[in-house]
Amino acid sequence: MGAELKLVVFSLGNEEYGVEVDKVQTIERMMPLTRVPKTPVFVKGVINLRGVVVPVIDLRERFGLTAGEYTDNTRIIIVRQQSIEVGMIVDSANDVVDVDEDQIEAPPEVVGGIRAKYLRGIAKLEDRLLVLFNLQEVLNKDEIIQLEQLGE
Amino acid sequence: MESNQYLSMFIDESKEHLQALNDNLLELENSPSDLGIVQNIFRSAHTLKGMAATMGFEDLANLTHEMENVLDLVRNNKLSMNENIFDMLFKSLDALDAMVNDIVEGGSGKLDVQHIVAGLKAIVSGDSAAPASSAAKQASSAPILSGGLDQYQLSIVEQSLQSGFQVFVIRVRLREDCVLKAARAYMVFDALERNGEIAKSEPSVQDIEQEKFDREFTVYYITKLDGQSVEHMIQDISEIDSVTLQQIHADALAQMRDRTSYAKDSQPGSDAKREAARTASGANGQAGAQGGSHAKQQSGSRTIRVDIERLDTLMNLFSELLIDRVRLEQLASELQKQELTETVEHMSRVSSDLQNIVLKLRMMPVETVFNRFPRMVRDLAKSLNKKVELIVTGAETELDRTVIDEIGDPLVHLLRNALDHGLEDTPGRIAAGKPETGNLYLRAYQSGNHVFIEIEDDGRGINRDKVLNKAIERGIVKSEDADRLSDHDVFQLLFASGFSTAEVVSDISGRGVGLDVVRSKIASLGGAVSVESVLGQGTKFTVQLPLTLSIITAMLIRLGSEKYAIPISSIVETTLITKEDIRNVQGMSMIRFRDNIIPLVNLAQVLEVPDHLLDDSGEMNVVIVHKGEKLAALLTDEFIGQQEIVLKTLGDYLNRLFAISGATILGDGQVALILDTNALIK
Repeated sequence: MGAELKLVVFSLGNEEYGVEVDKVQTIERMMPLTRVPKTPVFVKGVINLRGVVVPVIDLRERFGLTAGEYTDNTRIIIVRQQSIEVGMIVDSANDVVDVDEDQIEAPPEVVGGIRAKYLRGIAKLEDRLLVLFNLQEVLNKDEIIQLEQLGE
Repeated sequence: MESNQYLSMFIDESKEHLQALNDNLLELENSPSDLGIVQNIFRSAHTLKGMAATMGFEDLANLTHEMENVLDLVRNNKLSMNENIFDMLFKSLDALDAMVNDIVEGGSGKLDVQHIVAGLKAIVSGDSAAPASSAAKQASSAPILSGGLDQYQLSIVEQSLQSGFQVFVIRVRLREDCVLKAARAYMVFDALERNGEIAKSEPSVQDIEQEKFDREFTVYYITKLDGQSVEHMIQDISEIDSVTLQQIHADALAQMRDRTSYAKDSQPGSDAKREAARTASGANGQAGAQGGSHAKQQSGSRTIRVDIERLDTLMNLFSELLIDRVRLEQLASELQKQELTETVEHMSRVSSDLQNIVLKLRMMPVETVFNRFPRMVRDLAKSLNKKVELIVTGAETELDRTVIDEIGDPLVHLLRNALDHGLEDTPGRIAAGKPETGNLYLRAYQSGNHVFIEIEDDGRGINRDKVLNKAIERGIVKSEDADRLSDHDVFQLLFASGFSTAEVVSDISGRGVGLDVVRSKIASLGGAVSVESVLGQGTKFTVQLPLTLSIITAMLIRLGSEKYAIPISSIVETTLITKEDIRNVQGMSMIRFRDNIIPLVNLAQVLEVPDHLLDDSGEMNVVIVHKGEKLAALLTDEFIGQQEIVLKTLGDYLNRLFAISGATILGDGQVALILDTNALIK
């Protein structure tokens, strides 16, 4: 048996994804966003999270998936990776599960349209598959700058 | 003793003592015969030694010990200060500073100070008197009854005498190498109190507990024991250098009573002594600086050290309150309820007072930056062989801690520049008909929401033509534009990046080494730097800094459905224009403002506001903003109003944004972005 991992499970389209609980600060309902000019399209703006200004990205658009409508189920998962705090808009946040490290396998090239470098692996549970994010890459700042330069 | 727990305290206090040593030595250099200053230096060195020894930093303790030996000779008139001694003491200070810094960085504070120690020892042995004997002599010759008893203490002593007790005045001197002085003193007190009562101690018990005494203390002791056994009792405690006893008889007491009765409010002895020392040193022409440092020491007991993080937390909490306040004000004006409005108004007043206090908590006097300059100027002047007097005024002016932390380096840069290139050398000054000693002024003062720091010299000034030629050569200015530039514009070129390299600069006006770095640093603090100069008469650099970086006044504007904040500090004015006012010059929209034609920026277009429609049928709101001398007009949909806003960062994820310097939270909880108008002015 490997170490236990607690994951917050959320969905994007038809896939279910997981992010480590200890990286998650809070999960919020959709709230008013303030647009920030001249940022990549997936940066939806900033929110007021109890007095702290936090940038929010749309995870679908981050991976170039088709943008979805925001519904009552839409959630903003606030994650922290080192000094970076970001809200991620997801279709819904479902539950928290325990996963054994042994159950995690290396990711295939592409899952649900998302390239392997953004993924940490795939956890195979009894009745479901969870795609684990590599937050470090998803929140990679250099990539924003590159994208910005491409945009210009 | 758990050393770690005391380390940060040790570091803080060592730095304070080193600073005091530095200041006092500089002062002493100006009046070498003032023994009052020597006394202060001695005291600082001594305390430092004690602390270092307690913490186990041996090199530090050794070096201070040697310094102390030299100073001891000086204060006992066995040695007079000369340049050699000053240099040696300054060298020692530098070494001490290096050691303390090493300790700060987690080192052991070890440093090879052999040559300095040898140098100090040579100074001591050069004199006939050995330090030990002079110390002993001083102890025996000093009058033992230095302070009096107050009315209450006198009556206790009197009653004790009447009921057959003995009263002694005991002076105890601890050995010079005694490390835990307070502990030894405590043992003495403990031993005494087992067999009698201490009527008075001098310095006070609290001071002794906090090691606020040199090596000796005096107590009035009431006991049944005879003098000899008391003396033995104290001698039995280790690390005691000497014990002197004097018995008090009824007649001596009567004399004392007379003395106290005309010294009306019977000062406790130690205070009286300190008072006397202060007036004495004041009389020696040291009134200003000396009195200041005394005042500082005394007010020291009324302050506490607070972790800066706590202040930051307080600031954050307060800013949330401020947001709620704005929200409440909005609600109150919507609901129009008398009671609510009154309460909210009161709360607003209280919270603006609170705001002032919270901001003040983060303020520190610029003195904390300035106090290292006299020494720096002295050393630099010496190495350049120039005579310079640094005149500092307004060191008590306060600035936000964040600014204080950052402003040191740019100021050092400007001071060095003034010394190195601004002031002439002695022959040069004589040739120019100026006094030999150059004046370097460092002034700080507050004006409105800004603090100004000026660095002015009475040196050779800036040669306009040379600067201009250099700028043309470097391609910063076109030669055809050169004639149109005012003196001010020309001097401002010194701050242009790429203007200067060291060899060019000392060659021309003697200005500009890395001044672009100075400018960008100051700009990053939200400040500005400018220069004025009269050829042959001197140069003045003025640094303008914001008082605080956390709360600013801003104008809120609307673009489509979005709100933005523009800092008031960058706004010149707001005005209305019509379509007819806009001219098209080489494909750019321009408007006339005062006597200038300035660019008109369509803000909504630049910021790509999605739901914005330009309505140019009627009057349009524009905000005139400035970046230094340059102006631009920003087209907006609506002025919402002026507001105090709390600066918030956008976090690490979104950095290097275009024309956005941060964000703030409005009364309705929405985030509004703060515009960096500098990016909009080309």
